[in-house]
Amino acid sequence: MRIDVPLEERSLANEVTDADGIAARNAALSPMGLGRLRRAPEGFLNASQIADVQAGRRGLLRHALLSAAGLTSLSLNSSFARPSLDAKAVPTVDPRGDPNILEMPEHTKSLGQPVAARGYGMPSIWENNLQRRESPGLTRVGAAGVSFCPLQGLFGIITPSGLHFERHHHGWWDIDPRKHRFMINGLVKNPKVYTMDDLMRLPSVSRIHFIECGANTGMEWGNVAVPTVQYTHGMLSCCEFTGVLLSTLLDDCGYDKMNGKYLLAEGADGSGMTRTISIDRALDDCFVAYAMNGEMLRPENGYPLRLVVPGVQGVSWVKWLRRIEVGDMPYATKDETLHYVDLMPDGIQRQYTSIQECKSVITSPSAGQMLLDRGYYNITGLAWSGRGKVKRVDVSTDGGKNWRTAKLETPILSKCFTRFSISWNFDGKPSLLQSRAIDATGYVQPRLNQLREVRGSRSIYHNNAIQTWRIASDGEVSNVHLG
Amino acid sequence: MCTSARPANLEDRLWNRKIRVQHDRFFLKWHATRQCLSFRTLLHRLRSQPFAAAFLITTFLFANIHATNAAEKFPGVGRTAIPAEIKAWDIDVRPDFKGLPAGSGSVQKGQKIWESKCASCHGTFGESNEVFTPITGGTTGLDAVSGRVASLRGDANPGYPQRTTLMKLSEMSALWDYINRAMPWDAPKSLAADEVYAVTAYILNLGDIVPADFVLSDRNIAEVQAKLPNRNGTKLFLPLWDINGRGDVVNFACMKNCKVDVNITSSLPDFAKNAHGNLADQNRLVGATRGVRTDSSTEASDAPLPGKARNPNATSGKDSREISGTESVAPLQAGQAAALAKQYSCVVCHAANAKLVGPSYNDIAAKYKGDATASDKLIAKIRSGGAGVWGAIRMPSHATMSDAELKALVHWSLAGGN
Ligand code: HEC
Ligand code: HEC
Repeated sequence: MRIDVPLEERSLANEVTDADGIAARNAALSPMGLGRLRRAPEGFLNASQIADVQAGRRGLLRHALLSAAGLTSLSLNSSFARPSLDAKAVPTVDPRGDPNILEMPEHTKSLGQPVAARGYGMPSIWENNLQRRESPGLTRVGAAGVSFCPLQGLFGIITPSGLHFERHHHGWWDIDPRKHRFMINGLVKNPKVYTMDDLMRLPSVSRIHFIECGANTGMEWGNVAVPTVQYTHGMLSCCEFTGVLLSTLLDDCGYDKMNGKYLLAEGADGSGMTRTISIDRALDDCFVAYAMNGEMLRPENGYPLRLVVPGVQGVSWVKWLRRIEVGDMPYATKDETLHYVDLMPDGIQRQYTSIQECKSVITSPSAGQMLLDRGYYNITGLAWSGRGKVKRVDVSTDGGKNWRTAKLETPILSKCFTRFSISWNFDGKPSLLQSRAIDATGYVQPRLNQLREVRGSRSIYHNNAIQTWRIASDGEVSNVHLG
Repeated sequence: MCTSARPANLEDRLWNRKIRVQHDRFFLKWHATRQCLSFRTLLHRLRSQPFAAAFLITTFLFANIHATNAAEKFPGVGRTAIPAEIKAWDIDVRPDFKGLPAGSGSVQKGQKIWESKCASCHGTFGESNEVFTPITGGTTGLDAVSGRVASLRGDANPGYPQRTTLMKLSEMSALWDYINRAMPWDAPKSLAADEVYAVTAYILNLGDIVPADFVLSDRNIAEVQAKLPNRNGTKLFLPLWDINGRGDVVNFACMKNCKVDVNITSSLPDFAKNAHGNLADQNRLVGATRGVRTDSSTEASDAPLPGKARNPNATSGKDSREISGTESVAPLQAGQAAALAKQYSCVVCHAANAKLVGPSYNDIAAKYKGDATASDKLIAKIRSGGAGVWGAIRMPSHATMSDAELKALVHWSLAGGN
């Protein structure tokens, strides 16, 4: 029996609890409901009208369309048309002027809302399409599931806290921080218990790091399985975390420098997530974090305490962190033996595959999107490496035959997203977009086939292949694999 | 709920003090007997507890304590863990079985536990229904000899459709620890050690690894380890563990006329395009691109044109947060109840017309039809959990849910889940 909740029901129900609010929101958000507009007439163009548009004879169409749709003062550049390159979604300018300019809108002529109308600010309702979403059928139940980050709509390198991807094994909790305790035991002189008060008194660091689930892009090992970058790459986020270095805490407990070779990190949730971390990693740059993007962690991300293990797959960033044990051998925990092992063609399961190797992806334009028009585009995306900084990103528009080096935006930080971009003119020729990242160690992000030659296609984990987006002549972008 | 309010009267306050002094006294004794006195800890106590200090001065050399404190890096931060605390939390079991508590359990006893606490999700024979992870299957007697599960190989013929627990399992410690810390999934850490041994023995028996009269214990678990079908099937892969490792897949950065195959070998079939919902609704309304419309509902767009477009910015001025904080609760809409059912994992155990772990919503609706007291009864039942009405399986408690949420879900359940 499959348990499937219809998509429509993945609602924003938590935020809106009155029926009226929902109606308002739905009216505002559903394309059909927006001011109960009809779809913009661009969607109804016939072949000769399309030819007119392509020939630049838009003015001719304007009047016919207005009367056909029974619209007069409403904007023609409604975004809700079926976007299609032939029937352009770009504004058709009325020779008399754009009504969005000529007719003053309500927000210009009346009073807006007061300060603190929302004690905690929320994104614009117009941004409601960008949500964490699940991939139907990927995991069996929501409390041991994944929600993907909408990378297609994000800018820069910081993931907004509310859009950070989620992966829980036993559901999430909102834990009372006054009752949360953190313990260090094992090979230490003085096993200690810390309250949140204790931890927040200690010297802290704030660092920006990416976090990527080891299974990110895992659905794509064999064939194209999902439609957009949200689902191919969205078990991925990057935030500024604040907390206390593990070196500080391990010193404070007097860890055994001779025999203490490995740590076990353990969570306080039902799954009691446990992961092994080498002492070298721990002392280098790992920390226990209580804050993310300037505020305390979100509950879904482990409030009030999580481990940050830069460069290492997300499962090791144990949430609701309750304990660290210092030991002298790896722990082969449940999530290092029955989950998070990479199956190789010879039937061997690779264990302790932790480092997230260098990877990149173009986020705009990306699959499931439609280019507005021919002409100029700023191809942009993200690159990251678990072994340090990103050194260079190349972009190809012909499926990898020829490459140009993209511009890297600052800051360029270790084990952190680096945003890249490059200019491109879309002339209507079908194209194959790719990005290829190179990190400071000189490692070059591989092609999917190169990965498959070595690792087969059943590994689930650690697919850092170059991603290809096909752009059709009508501007539709889709996910493809090349042979 | 935790309140930080001070005790109302003096007696209470003094009483609290007294308890704390006694606690400190115990603490010191414990330290002294272990001869690993932590002066740091003592000092914290002394500074924050004048009563305790007075007591302690008579017992210990004060100068010594002061000297230690000067060297301490973070005085006043953290405290020494008490052995009972460490015991409560340090439950992990290592591959060498360090951490494994003494105990034992038979296959027979394990079968009973399995059938009452595990089979509802994982299937009577561990084969699982389609919802949960399969535990058994895919291993053979030959695997037990080699310690490698043949059906995991890429060229396995016949292969096995799923990767079951027993196919993957290379460490007995991991299976024991998994069940001990995380199962049953809806009531983790509820099994006693002997029960974990028993149900583990039952799983091993289902996989023909141990006989039906076997009793698994801390003393013979290492022998079972030596029989695991996939005991040699897992290897540390150093390049992805070591930060300075070199990956096993090498590419180089060709820039011009690179010899690559650009044939499209895989793309999303048309029927799957909408499997993730309408992509137009998953992209921003402005920018260089739009989401592709993948649903077919677009043609039915003949909604009546209102006289005036609604301005979504001109709301009633009330924020949803305020509204949810008020006492009066507007009935939730069906979509919201469904979302709540998902949020609180009701969907794991209940479906509209099928019995899963719990009864179907239709059956619930039928049972309580016309029963005016049903609503209150069921709200209480879901909140506290319980068994006996539909069978022996217990529904877990849902103590964190609000009244409004519970009410909405009960109304929804009583309407058959729609
Ligand atoms: C309410 C449903 C439910 C019940 C009851 C339940 N389990 Fe599970 N079990 C799960 C889920 C869900 C997972 C996967 C958890 C995850 O993804 O982290 C799982 C995973 C497992 C695994 C690891 C599977 C793998 O991937 O190799 C074992 C072993 C297991 N359960 C044993 C048990 C035992 C023994 C019991 C009874 C004592 C039990 N389970 C009861 C839902 C359940
Ligand atoms: C882990 C499985 C599980 C989960 C999760 C679960 N239930 Fe149940 N539920 C059961 C079982 C088993 C019963 C039957 C209990 C009994 O026989 O008394 C039950 C019974 C019920 C009943 C009927 C109670 C009665 O006394 O007749 C309702 C209503 C109900 N559940 C609603 C919910 C709702 C709403 C949620 C989510 C908030 C939920 N359940 C979550 C397992 C579950």
